[in-house]
Amino acid sequence: MTREQNDRIDLAVITSLVTENAKVLDIGCNDGTLLKMLENQKSVDGRGIELSQKGVNNCVALGLSVIQGNADHDLVYYPDKSFDFVIISQTIQATRNTKTVLEELLRIGKYCIVSAPNFGHWQMRAQLLVQGRMPVTKSLPYSWYDTPNIHFCTFADLKDLCHEVNAEIKSVHVLSDKGRDITKIAPKPLWNLLAQQSVLLLESKN
Amino acid sequence: MAQSEATKRANSEAQSPSSSIARFREDAPLHLDAGVSLSPFQIAYETYGELNEDKSNAILICHALTGDQYCASVQPITKKPGWWETLIGPGKPIDTERYFVICSNVLGGCLGTTGPASINEKTGKPYGLDFPIVTIADMVRAQSMLIDYLEIETLFAVIGGSMGGMQVLQWAASYPDRVFAAIPMATGARHTSQNIAFHEVGRQAIMADPNWHQGKYTDEGVVPSKGLAVARMTAHVTYLSEPALQRKFGRQLQDRENVSFGFDADFQIESYLRHQGSSFVDRFDANSYLYMTRAMDYFDMAEDNDGKLANAFSGTNTRFCLVSFSSDWLFSTAESREIVHALNATGASVSFVEIESDKGHDAFLLDEPEMVATVSGFLNSAAKARGI
Repeated sequence: MTREQNDRIDLAVITSLVTENAKVLDIGCNDGTLLKMLENQKSVDGRGIELSQKGVNNCVALGLSVIQGNADHDLVYYPDKSFDFVIISQTIQATRNTKTVLEELLRIGKYCIVSAPNFGHWQMRAQLLVQGRMPVTKSLPYSWYDTPNIHFCTFADLKDLCHEVNAEIKSVHVLSDKGRDITKIAPKPLWNLLAQQSVLLLESKN
Repeated sequence: MAQSEATKRANSEAQSPSSSIARFREDAPLHLDAGVSLSPFQIAYETYGELNEDKSNAILICHALTGDQYCASVQPITKKPGWWETLIGPGKPIDTERYFVICSNVLGGCLGTTGPASINEKTGKPYGLDFPIVTIADMVRAQSMLIDYLEIETLFAVIGGSMGGMQVLQWAASYPDRVFAAIPMATGARHTSQNIAFHEVGRQAIMADPNWHQGKYTDEGVVPSKGLAVARMTAHVTYLSEPALQRKFGRQLQDRENVSFGFDADFQIESYLRHQGSSFVDRFDANSYLYMTRAMDYFDMAEDNDGKLANAFSGTNTRFCLVSFSSDWLFSTAESREIVHALNATGASVSFVEIESDKGHDAFLLDEPEMVATVSGFLNSAAKARGI
């Protein structure tokens, strides 16, 4: 729903986090790009949930098991720990009850991978500070009135939510606007300023 | 009304159909849910395409309430093309050059498979109401005997809409190892109260027709045409949608400038429904309609599994693809979602898409490009996985 067709550097990072032959659920799987990558590179048993009919049809045509549905409504039907990895990439900011969704993901998956755009990136901050208008960038190209992204957060906010839902952050990857993983280059205090997006590997402490 | 030529043709199709017939004698009785056995009995079926060497390319098509085995060939009574030629044929999503397609008339039907219109060998007369009540599971049990008869172990796919979709679900539940892929369309895991209500209206219309004679109308040489036509008219409305009716007919008048201030078919929709009703009686048996509707009413997969639908599919390896239509109020998207959720709960491989359409329940029979694309994509990938 909010994924761009290109510039999806987070997909490679997510793929690297998933183990071979894992059972994976992709929330907001769009046209199936990530699931297909995971099938090809990690031989996963993949499932997906996608809102748009077009996206679902694409996935089904690719041979993926995808249902038309909505993270806010459909997660409750999945049993506890029924997947090795539950992935929500560039979609969590578009959910209505974001905290509940994250709790559900942690319940369903042994691990949960969240990738989200960072509203704390310096370009965002600069646009708001200098122009006094809601930021519109290449990776978040929507105007305030037509954006599907209803719950924006910064990298720091996302980490706070993880603590609040009792999730242990197993690993963090922050990605620059050039698509580089800067986790090992940039000092930790600057991540919230330099990350255009982040990928978090989570495990429930419950 | 006395029997017309068309009715006589329909009667003859019920006894000795134009299709192939599988006969099951006394040594192969069909055990029914009602606790009785049916024997002897026969199944009329059509096939298209060729069974491959390792018998891995067979697809079973399950027809709906008033459908028949002629899914991709001319219907012998109406002379109309097969009812699912949008999907089935050479080069089509259910490609008869690639798959071996089987479609049989359901148990209790009236196009050659044993049903209430068939001659009861013990009396030499049509069964009528002496025919035992059959269920969706019974229909599927009979079909499995046909698949045995054709010496096929596992079906590559079982596909059907509405009552056909119920059979698909029942196949997956009763014979999980014999179904590689399943496409239940525009269906539900149970018949809702509203659906039972509409069926009851139809049955009462048939039974209120003085020509029905407690189901013994053939002995009297008549047909309860009026009752059956009304049943069909009522049911037909449930297959459409308000927007589709409005678009197609609106309030337009039939061959007249003004309303007649009487009870003629003033409106086009009335004329259309009357035609639907009267043409239906030429090709369908009234008692069979009672039995078919009852089978659907009794269908409740959750109840058959301790109240939990998921139990019906536990441990299944079948790949499912469910399809619903946005304007279908007879088998709404919510019904399909319930099945999807149950399948998710069992960890089954399931795809689901709701097709945007204003054509109501009947959309599954029509040329809906998104539906065609979905079926095609799903079957292609399943075929690859099966090595066809």
